[in-house]
Amino acid sequence: MRYSGFRVIKEALTGHKGWKPVWHDPTPQADYDYIIVGGGGHGLATAYYLAKEFGQARIAVLEKGYLGGGNVGRNTTIIRSNYLLDGNEPFYEFSLKLWEGLEQDFNYNAMVSQRGIINLIHTDAQRDAFTRRANAMIMHGADAEILSREDVRKLYPWLNFDNSRFPIKGAIAQRRGGTVRHDAVAWGYARGADMRGVDLIQNCEVTGMRIENGRILGVETNRGFIGAKKVGVAVAGSSSKVMAHAGMRLPIESHVLQAFVSEGLKPLIDGVMTFGAGHFYVSQSDKGGLVFGGDIDGYNSYAQRGNLPVIEDVAEGGMALMPAIGRVRLLRAWGGIMDMSMDGSPIIDKTHVEGLYFNGGWCYGGFKATPASGWCFAHLLAKDEPHKTATAYRFDRFLKGRMIDEKGQGATPNLH
Amino acid sequence: MIIHHPILGPRDAQEFVYLGDESLIDRPDGMTAGIEAFHDYAYNRDNPAGAHRELWYHEQGDRSWLVVTRNTVTHEITKVELARDVARAKGRTK
Ligand SMILES: Cc1cc2nc3c(=O)[nH]c(=O)nc-3n(C[C@H](O)[C@H](O)[C@H](O)COP(=O)(O)OP(=O)(O)OC[C@H]3O[C@@H](n4cnc5c(N)ncnc54)[C@H](O)[C@@H]3O)c2cc1C
Repeated sequence: MRYSGFRVIKEALTGHKGWKPVWHDPTPQADYDYIIVGGGGHGLATAYYLAKEFGQARIAVLEKGYLGGGNVGRNTTIIRSNYLLDGNEPFYEFSLKLWEGLEQDFNYNAMVSQRGIINLIHTDAQRDAFTRRANAMIMHGADAEILSREDVRKLYPWLNFDNSRFPIKGAIAQRRGGTVRHDAVAWGYARGADMRGVDLIQNCEVTGMRIENGRILGVETNRGFIGAKKVGVAVAGSSSKVMAHAGMRLPIESHVLQAFVSEGLKPLIDGVMTFGAGHFYVSQSDKGGLVFGGDIDGYNSYAQRGNLPVIEDVAEGGMALMPAIGRVRLLRAWGGIMDMSMDGSPIIDKTHVEGLYFNGGWCYGGFKATPASGWCFAHLLAKDEPHKTATAYRFDRFLKGRMIDEKGQGATPNLH
Repeated sequence: MIIHHPILGPRDAQEFVYLGDESLIDRPDGMTAGIEAFHDYAYNRDNPAGAHRELWYHEQGDRSWLVVTRNTVTHEITKVELARDVARAKGRTK
């Protein structure tokens, strides 16, 4: 079923009786050419592009819970391509370009909103660093601008410009950045994959891998063994658990990241704003709620909830920047499990097991990567070689000293 | 989270800085271990869902390093030791 304005009018006139479930609920077949483990954004996008762009068939996505119940439905929906390093920026810019055409491509309203993002500047040194970053972005075909203090004041006159510790001196802006309705991304990819014959199998947890003579034969699940020629794992925070079935120890720690939504307010913030120095970032949803967050809690965690100290820290950052929100009430708080890698950058690579591929290490920034991650993982699965924007996302970069460490923090996942 | 410091008693986890897996105590000898072993030590982790032995530093306290045994699924802390004692029990001299 294609969605269109005509269709909406037709359904309105006929009592909305023609809408159907947008994907099937198939029972698993005995074997597939491709199994994608994980029905989050990345797994669903991978299946979609495998079928659509790489002409592959006999594909299944195995999801232990329900589609989109993981981080893809828990994030703060920010998309951007404002990275500094060569290993990252072409990939994230590829992703942003895919976002720009996504809704037409999969015929689904994902509310892609290029409302712009600014990252605040407080010192001369920071302005120098952000100017360098802006230049790197422009050289890779992205857009970037440096805003003065007065430019920021025009956007948001009610910010606290004269905080004694972090006065606002300007910002780096990417106008093509913005937000996307996160659930709709999962649903749009799921529907698109289902329409192209992909089996989306929910309540199907991978509990083991059958590997013989260094080759994968398939996966054990709570619904029995399912054979596959190739298995691609995209399970975000569960990466270490699932890859342990293949005897692998990963350069990843799982950490909890929290996010928050306030009660609905009148329009206050047009775009996305980050106050990195104060561990706070914010945007406003179309329903009016302030959507905001800050740092990860900082200790290994598989609990999808965090602790009070980070809530306090985020609230303090918010108050330092926007004293006007002091009496706004918090509506909801939640957490998701991040696959924090050792250099803060992801991995899309083959493994030592033939036919087994891995996609993970997305840290707190994998939502914006969803389209490119799916595309590049599908490319790797179909052609056995990395997509040109993802050549640096290799496991062996740690051994070879080719880390992609945007922050220069070293092997400390909780600081990336 | 409350960490029951072996010397100072119950302390708020906010007073501490988190480093990571206790295995970071077992640094191989950089001169003899070889690059693979050092790579494994520096970059790879078990990252278990369940009991995890991990290093916390009491920065806003007595500056001691602790080995905390904590469940990563429930956040429950079941054991706290001085990292010094753990390292010595493993045969380390400092
Ligand atoms: C609070 C929060 C805010 C964030 N904000 C942003 C942001 O603003 N911008 C941004 O770019 N990124 C953000 N992120 C990060 C982003 O959400 C993630 O990096 C990204 O969603 C991870 O990829 P995914 O969608 O495939 O993960 P998920 O949706 O988590 O998908 C993984 C799936 O694998 C399934 N799975 C796990 N184990 C198994 C198994 N054994 N068998 C079968 N299935 C299994 C899980 O159930 C899950 O559905 C945020 C994350 C959080 C938690």
